[in-house]
Amino acid sequence: MSERAYEATPKEVLPHDFDEKGSIDWTDESTAINQKTMDELRELAGRYPRPRSALMPMLHLVQSVDERISPAGVRACADILGIPVAEVVGVATFYTQFRRHRGGQHHVGVCRTALCAVMGGDEIMAAVEQHLGIGDDEVTPDGKFSLESVECNAACDYAPVMMIDWEFMDNMTPGKAIAALDDLAAGKPVKSTRGPVLPGWAANERMLAGFDDGLADDGPAAGEPSLAGLKIARARGWKAPAAPKHKAAAPSEAKGAGA
Amino acid sequence: MTDTLTPILSQTWDKPMSWKLDTYRANGGYDGLKKALSMAPADVMKTVIDSGLRGRGGAGFPTGTKWSFIPQDNPNPKYLVVNCDESEPGTCKDVPMLMASPQLVVEGSLIACYAVGAHEAYIYVRGEVAHVIRRVRAAVKEAYAAGLLGKNIMGSGFDCDIVVHAGAGAYICGEETALLSSLEGFRGQPRLRPPFPAVAGLYASPTVVNNAESICSVPAILVNGAEWYAAMGTEKSKGSMLYSLSGHVAHPGQYEAPLGTTMRTLLDLAGGIRPGHQLKFFTPGGSSTPIFTPAELDVPLDYEAVSAAGSILGTKALQVFDETTSVVRTTLRWTQFYQHESCGKCTPCREGNWWLVQVLGRLEAGQGQPGDVDKLLSITDQMSGLSFCVLADGAVACVTSAVKHFRDEFEAGYHTPAWELFPYEKSTLWASEVARSAKRGAA
Repeated sequence: MSERAYEATPKEVLPHDFDEKGSIDWTDESTAINQKTMDELRELAGRYPRPRSALMPMLHLVQSVDERISPAGVRACADILGIPVAEVVGVATFYTQFRRHRGGQHHVGVCRTALCAVMGGDEIMAAVEQHLGIGDDEVTPDGKFSLESVECNAACDYAPVMMIDWEFMDNMTPGKAIAALDDLAAGKPVKSTRGPVLPGWAANERMLAGFDDGLADDGPAAGEPSLAGLKIARARGWKAPAAPKHKAAAPSEAKGAGA
Repeated sequence: MTDTLTPILSQTWDKPMSWKLDTYRANGGYDGLKKALSMAPADVMKTVIDSGLRGRGGAGFPTGTKWSFIPQDNPNPKYLVVNCDESEPGTCKDVPMLMASPQLVVEGSLIACYAVGAHEAYIYVRGEVAHVIRRVRAAVKEAYAAGLLGKNIMGSGFDCDIVVHAGAGAYICGEETALLSSLEGFRGQPRLRPPFPAVAGLYASPTVVNNAESICSVPAILVNGAEWYAAMGTEKSKGSMLYSLSGHVAHPGQYEAPLGTTMRTLLDLAGGIRPGHQLKFFTPGGSSTPIFTPAELDVPLDYEAVSAAGSILGTKALQVFDETTSVVRTTLRWTQFYQHESCGKCTPCREGNWWLVQVLGRLEAGQGQPGDVDKLLSITDQMSGLSFCVLADGAVACVTSAVKHFRDEFEAGYHTPAWELFPYEKSTLWASEVARSAKRGAA
C-alpha cells in the first residue's frame, strides 16, 4: 500500500492537537548510570559559561547509557544543573531525538516530508513496517530496531532518504532498505552511504553528547549529488573569477586605516 | 563575464580527505584569517559589508551590517553563534558543505569573531546528522592542535574558542532566537524581538547569529577582496551561492553559481527533468517560499527578482516536481511538517497548522466538503503574520501558492482521492523500473 490513508476523526472524540506521547516513563526506574556517567555529565556542564547550556548534550549522554530518557537520568541532570526536574522533562519532551521509551540497537528513520515522500519515502516506510512488523515510534520485540517517520533531514538531493542511527542511507528503495536491515539483524556491518559503518544508536548518542568516537575520517568527503555542479565546472573549465590583480593588496587601504 | 558555475565553497570537495586541515591549507585555507588578523577589526567588517554578502539562511540580511550592530561599548562578552540547524524542507547545502569542508566554518567563525570582538563561538549543528557533527568537531580539534584556535592565534594576540553543540531534533531551532533558547538549555521557542540578538542574544549578551553558508563565504572574501566578490551576481544580490536541486531532475545536487542564475540554466545543468517528464512546479527557496511554475523558469534567482515574482529566495532550495506529482499530497505533507515542528508557543501557528492538516487530509482522500478550499484560505488568513516567528507564515505560503496555481486539483479533492488522479508510484525514484517490469504499484 502506497498511500497514507486519511483517518477521519471519530465524531464523539473531541479532537485536539496536544501531544499524546506525554511525559517520560516514570514507571521504569531501571538505570545504568554510574559514577563514570555522573562525572561525564559534570564534564559536559563544565564546557559552557552557563552549565544549563549543557542540558541537551547531557540528555544525549543519558540516552546513550539508559537507552531512553530515564527518571534517574532526569534527576541526575536536575541535580547537577541545580534546576527543577520539571524543567529537565520540559526540555527532554520538546526535542524529537530524546526518547521517552527505549530505542532499538539500531534506530531507523524514514523521511516522510513532501519531497522524500513523493520520491518513494512512503513506499519505503510501508516496506520497513511490514518487514519489521512494527509501526512508527515502535520497537521490535527483540530490541534490535526502533522505527520512526522523520521529517526533512537535509539530504533532499539524495531522496528518498533513510537514516539509521542518524547516519545517512541515501537514495533508498524498499529493496535496499530491507537488505540493510537484514544485514544488521544478522550482525553484519552495514556502511552508511556518507559515513562510517553504522555504530548503533546508543554509541552515536554518546558521540552527539560530545565524546569523540574517532570515526570522523570514515566515509567519503561527498556523495555524487554534492559534487554534481563541481564536476560540470571542472569539465568545462568554469571557475570563480580570479582576484583582481591590484586588489591583491586590497587591505592596504584598510591596513592604513587600521594602523 | 563570470562563468556559469563558480565553485568557491565547493572548490575542494572532490579532493582526497577534503575535510582534513592539511587539504584545506594546501588549497589556500586560513589565508583569509591570516589577512584578517593583519587588518583592524573594523576594516574586516567593512570588507564584508562592501562585498555585499547577504545572509544565506533565508532572510538575506547583509552579513557585515549585522556584525556592525554589535554594540562595542557593551560590557558583556560578545558571542558568535553559527546556525547549522539546516532543516527547511528542500534545504541541503550546509550538510554537504560541512561534511566535505568543515574547516570553512572554523575559519569563517574566527574571522567573524575577530571582526565583532568576540572570543567565543558556538556552532549549533542539528542533531540528526551524526557524521556532520563528527567532521565539524574533528575540524575544531585539528585547528586547536595547529594553534588556529585558543590563545594567541597565529601569533596575533587574538584568542578565540569554538564549541560545537549538537541539537536534538527541532526545525524551530533554525529560527535565531529559538536557537539561542535551545543553546541556553531551554525548549527551543522563539523570543520576542526587540531586543534583537545583537543587543541581547546568548546569555543576554551581544550575539551575532549567522547561517553556516554566510560564515563559510567569508574567508574567500578576505583573501580576494570585497570587489572580487561583489563583481559576481546582480546589482543588489552580490556574490555566489549554493543552489540545491532535488526531486524529479536527472542529476539532483549542489550547483554553486552567481546570484541571479535562472532555474532554466540550473535545470539545464542538472540534465533537465527526469526523462519523459515535464516540470510541474518548484520551490525557489524551500517549502516556506511560495511555489513557482514553468512560467517562472527565467526569473533570476536573486533576492529582488524572486520577491518581485511573488516568492522568496530563501535558502535556494529548489525542490522540483514533475507532472506525476499531486500538489494536494505535497502540500499536505509540507503542512504536516509545520504542524509537527510548530513549537506550540503561538496559538495561530499551533492551531492553524492542525486545522490545515485536517482539511488537506480529507482533500487528499477525496472526502473534501464543498467550500474546503475557501476554508483553507480562510484559515491561512488567521495564521499569517500573527506569531512570534515566521514558521506559520511559511506554512501559509506553501498552501496559498499551491491553491493559487492549482485550485482545480484541490477542488477535485471534493470527490476524487489524489492517489487516483496521480498514482503515487509514478512519482517515485524507481518509477521507470516499475513501469518497465509492468508491475505498477508492486513497490
